[in-house]
Amino acid sequence: MPDQLLFGTEVFLNGLMAGVLYALVALGFVLIYKASGIFNYAQGVMALFAALTLVGIMDGQVPFSHLINAVLGTDIHHFGWNVPAVLAIILTMGVMVVLAWAVQQFIFRHLVNQEPIILFMATIGLAYFMEGFGDIMWGSDIKKLDVGLPQGGSFWIEENTQWLGFGNENFYGFFLDQLDIVATVIAAILVIVLVLFSQYTKQGRAMRAVADDHQAALSVGISLNFIWVMVWSVAGFVALVAGIMWGAKSGVQFSLSLIALKALPVLMLGGFTSIPGAIVGGLIIGVGEKMFEFIVGPMVGGATENWFAYVLALIFLVFRPQGLFGDKIIERV
Amino acid sequence: MKLKLISAAVAAIVAAAPAMADLTFSALSYRTGPYAANGIPFADGYQDYFTLLNERDGGIGGEKINLVECETGYNTEKGVECYESTKGSGALVYQPLSTGITYQLIPKATADGIPVHSMGYGRTSAKNGAVFNNIFNYPANYWDGASVAIKHLLDLNGGDLKGKKIALVYHNSAYGKEPIRTLEELSKKHGYTLTQLAVDHPGQEQKSQWLQIRRERPDYVIMWGWGVMNQVAIQEAVNIRYPMENFIGIWWSGSENDVLPAGEGANGYKALTFHNVGSDYPLYDDIKKYVVDAGKAAGAGDQLGTVLYNRGLYAAMLAAEAAKTAQAMHGTATITPQQMRDGMENLEMTEDKMTALGLPNFGPSFKVSCANHGGDGFGAVTQWDAKAGKWNMITEYMQSDQEVLNPLIAGDSEAYAKENGITPGCN
Repeated sequence: MPDQLLFGTEVFLNGLMAGVLYALVALGFVLIYKASGIFNYAQGVMALFAALTLVGIMDGQVPFSHLINAVLGTDIHHFGWNVPAVLAIILTMGVMVVLAWAVQQFIFRHLVNQEPIILFMATIGLAYFMEGFGDIMWGSDIKKLDVGLPQGGSFWIEENTQWLGFGNENFYGFFLDQLDIVATVIAAILVIVLVLFSQYTKQGRAMRAVADDHQAALSVGISLNFIWVMVWSVAGFVALVAGIMWGAKSGVQFSLSLIALKALPVLMLGGFTSIPGAIVGGLIIGVGEKMFEFIVGPMVGGATENWFAYVLALIFLVFRPQGLFGDKIIERV
Repeated sequence: MKLKLISAAVAAIVAAAPAMADLTFSALSYRTGPYAANGIPFADGYQDYFTLLNERDGGIGGEKINLVECETGYNTEKGVECYESTKGSGALVYQPLSTGITYQLIPKATADGIPVHSMGYGRTSAKNGAVFNNIFNYPANYWDGASVAIKHLLDLNGGDLKGKKIALVYHNSAYGKEPIRTLEELSKKHGYTLTQLAVDHPGQEQKSQWLQIRRERPDYVIMWGWGVMNQVAIQEAVNIRYPMENFIGIWWSGSENDVLPAGEGANGYKALTFHNVGSDYPLYDDIKKYVVDAGKAAGAGDQLGTVLYNRGLYAAMLAAEAAKTAQAMHGTATITPQQMRDGMENLEMTEDKMTALGLPNFGPSFKVSCANHGGDGFGAVTQWDAKAGKWNMITEYMQSDQEVLNPLIAGDSEAYAKENGITPGCN
């Protein structure tokens, strides 16, 4: 195979993998929007907060230690133990459920029936609060996240694809990051579980009923409070998964909250209300931006990925405003 | 009653305000936001050094130091606000800690007659003090960094880089593009080919760039990164099994924060520096005694000896030495910002002076003058030892290629002077 075709295929495969990582972030947005009509600006910060909490628990870090030391004049930072990754993930999930309850209890319970823009503003406030709260709770240093996931190029794939070059010295076999492969498997499982949950469980059906019409759902005895706490908890779990995957690449740090920027074009393209849409949107954005960078990037000085993702999303938006899989919005006069 | 309240408020303000005779230094720091992990150690080092001078020496020349800290969050607008809101405090010098803020402060501070010190960042051509009267960027600038990196590679290759492939992975911003001109000029001189790979802000996704590096197999990769871009780039280099000893970052890509997330894989990664590493210096004994153990440390006291803490410490030390020079020149302990500028322009750092200050073999010797606000362009290379969890300086200080850089600096500064109607000159 010619060089460009081989390298193009490699870029395409890596684009798919990157797309899965974008989709993981987008999924959290979709879940909350689907159930409550809220565009959760805080989703990226939730991923950061979840990852910070996970590392903090794993390392046995004392939460709010800087604050405690400053007030009490003590010098405590660690409990002196380490928590296994699985247990730490479960405990972190517990924290995310408490967070979901608090968000519902102290913010959104008081904003029922408010305009969407008010709810959106509330999530902006929540995002900045959580960023500061996470900082005070766990500190702002960059933390290494190691939950035992494999990382680095897969030797097996490299060795077993080298023959595709037919002796081409410039081709070393396809590069695929093991972490991206794991992320793909996890994302696939997550989507299947979420679809099954929303289609075939009582709570899932109640969630969809709330999404369709709050008043009608209330009238048949569905607890709005419960459903929203549940949805924010599930979104918290998705944020945790996204935080683990992205945090393993860069360390857990405050820039992690910016991964939300990667999810926006995915949402525009896939639709705000479709779980499969988030995945397909992620894949299209991932492949589109990587292939554009590969083909056009060298002609225009590179660094095209950030803006091209939005161009791609805008093109789809013009022809399908509700996104590929989104529900068509029909307003009757 | 109202009068009493007003009197009490005025008395409280007067009591709380620093004595006017104090020497005021500003600290534009960023302890919050996405770059806080880098901002905190620098700010701690900067503050701790001044605290040490107050506690051990009673200040500078008998005058206590009043440090006015303002949080910028590494945001240019906030940085300018900080400058505007604190310049009335009589700050002797501003260290903006951001290239973006520095660019904004160049005309403002010049008009206000307050000196700016952008140490290892900011506008490179500010080295020409005949044009940039109030701006200083000693002891080294970005172009020095690019040249020192190439000099190190020349040393590794017996002085010959002909036919070698070098890739520059850079943050797609004014900061990241700084070394391009220098590296292009040096490629003409030394015969290497330069590939430029831009990474969009913030740099969390760099798969395309590192797949290209894997395809093209450059002999060396130089990085001009910042924040999360550094950690991701080092992890991606580990992922494609790029030889880490052939990967060199600028000094803003060379702190513990940048290498720790990649774990053992980061072993051997190199970074440029203009000051030494670690805490094995006599000065640290004093910092522990007078600052940390006395409970006066700026932060939690857990940053001592890190790369960025040392940089903050060094920045404060150079400011204090310039203040001492100004006091000696003008025969007064209570110097003004304009006199501080004179002190900075006549600053001379020698190894004897550094040793007397408790930092032997820590920074390069240099002499500032009107024609040269940037020092002599000495830099060195450090390497990360993942097992020991520390940086080691692996070269002596090397001077950048002045033959190539001086005409570039002259050209850029003259263009600036022309655009802004400045008549270059030394008083």
